[in-house]
Amino acid sequence: MTWAPAFLSNPERFMAFSRWAAPMFGVIAVALGAIGLYLGFTAPEDYQQGQTVRIMFIHVPAAQLSMFAYACLGVASFLSLIFRHALADAAAQAAAPLGAAFTFLALITGALWGRPMWGTWWVWDGRLTSVLVLFLLYIAYIALRASMDDEAKAARAGAILALVGVINLPIIHYSVEWWNSLHQGSSLFAKGGPAMPAVFLVPLLLMSLAYMSAFGSLWLVRIRGEVWRRRAEAAALRMAGT
Amino acid sequence: MSRLLALLQRETALAWGRGGGPLVAVGFYAGVATLLPLAIGPEPQRLAAIATGAAWVALALASLLSLDRLFERDFEDGALDLLTLSPVPLELTCFIKCLGQWLATGAPLAVAAPVAAIGLGASLDLAPLIFACALLGGLAFAFMGGIGAALSLGARRGGLLTAVIVLPLFVPPVIFGGGALDSFANGLPWRGGFALLAAYAAMAVALGPVAMAAACRNALS
Repeated sequence: MTWAPAFLSNPERFMAFSRWAAPMFGVIAVALGAIGLYLGFTAPEDYQQGQTVRIMFIHVPAAQLSMFAYACLGVASFLSLIFRHALADAAAQAAAPLGAAFTFLALITGALWGRPMWGTWWVWDGRLTSVLVLFLLYIAYIALRASMDDEAKAARAGAILALVGVINLPIIHYSVEWWNSLHQGSSLFAKGGPAMPAVFLVPLLLMSLAYMSAFGSLWLVRIRGEVWRRRAEAAALRMAGT
Repeated sequence: MSRLLALLQRETALAWGRGGGPLVAVGFYAGVATLLPLAIGPEPQRLAAIATGAAWVALALASLLSLDRLFERDFEDGALDLLTLSPVPLELTCFIKCLGQWLATGAPLAVAAPVAAIGLGASLDLAPLIFACALLGGLAFAFMGGIGAALSLGARRGGLLTAVIVLPLFVPPVIFGGGALDSFANGLPWRGGFALLAAYAAMAVALGPVAMAAACRNALS
């Protein structure tokens, strides 16, 4: 992990790397997603959940990504706060809306799954609520950055907020669990291996990897866009100056 | 030491006088507590079931009210620049600012909280615990809220932004305090929730000023 920021901290090198890495991750995401969806839709019905078990293949990876993206936001914010690195800040800025989107997807698919399974769109359950709070944290980060005109200040304020969120997230998670939980525990990281037959596990893992690649691809594209935008702004300032 | 005391005196006096100070906070609190039965219905049983929870949420909302002026006024008139130059570290200054905020609004709200809860139908035995929870929770609200207030310095629509930033961070203290009160009301062990609330308040007091000082330095740079 430590080599990656060091290697990519050079913007030129980052642009050269992401130029081919972004489409490559995109292709991987589409390929894995196609196979995963095919296997998911041809898998047998679950004896309890019937057809609705297939929602798992789009719900669980989205929930994983919602947290993974916040971890990315935290790491990027940390690097941008400590090293004052513009690229790390671009990465943090680019990760937030993506993370919010995946969190929203997890909430929506969860509601659609909860309706047939639990008989309700939403319950005030520990894990659901902590994902909702995670969504609010993303919104707070995006709102803070959007309401500041000075970009350098917005970057540092956002980084501080992201790190406060990183410290608080485990506390929020466990406090909400302590409060109330009936969501089933993690099936993937259960004691004694995954508590799931291979027909479901293989497509689920494929979909997880597909989501991860999609996130990687979109993230790189957004960072590239951010770098281009900043370059364009700098160029416009130069033009105005001369 | 005398410097710190002078600073605390200044902050408390400002928080006390700032836009009505405790009067606004307690007035808002009383207003919310009055609207609740009007919206929910006057049946005593229904109200008693939600009394402690409603009093607790209204407390979290009321402690948001005066936050937006906590750093903003000093930021606008340049006092924050002077405070940064003083020999007192900025972290300590932020700590004292929040402490003043807590003394001026958190403590009066803690006095009002049992009254509101009992008015809504909570039993009288709950009053000491509500007071203690409101004092500790107020500490957590003031210090987490201070982070939001410091971060939204220099932003457009700072006050509203503070609320959006801070409300997700209020989740743990609201849960711990509400849990302790609910357990006590139902005769269950309540010390766990109370201890967790105290732990969260301690963390907010210890780490909050670091984040606040970093945010202030950023806003002033």
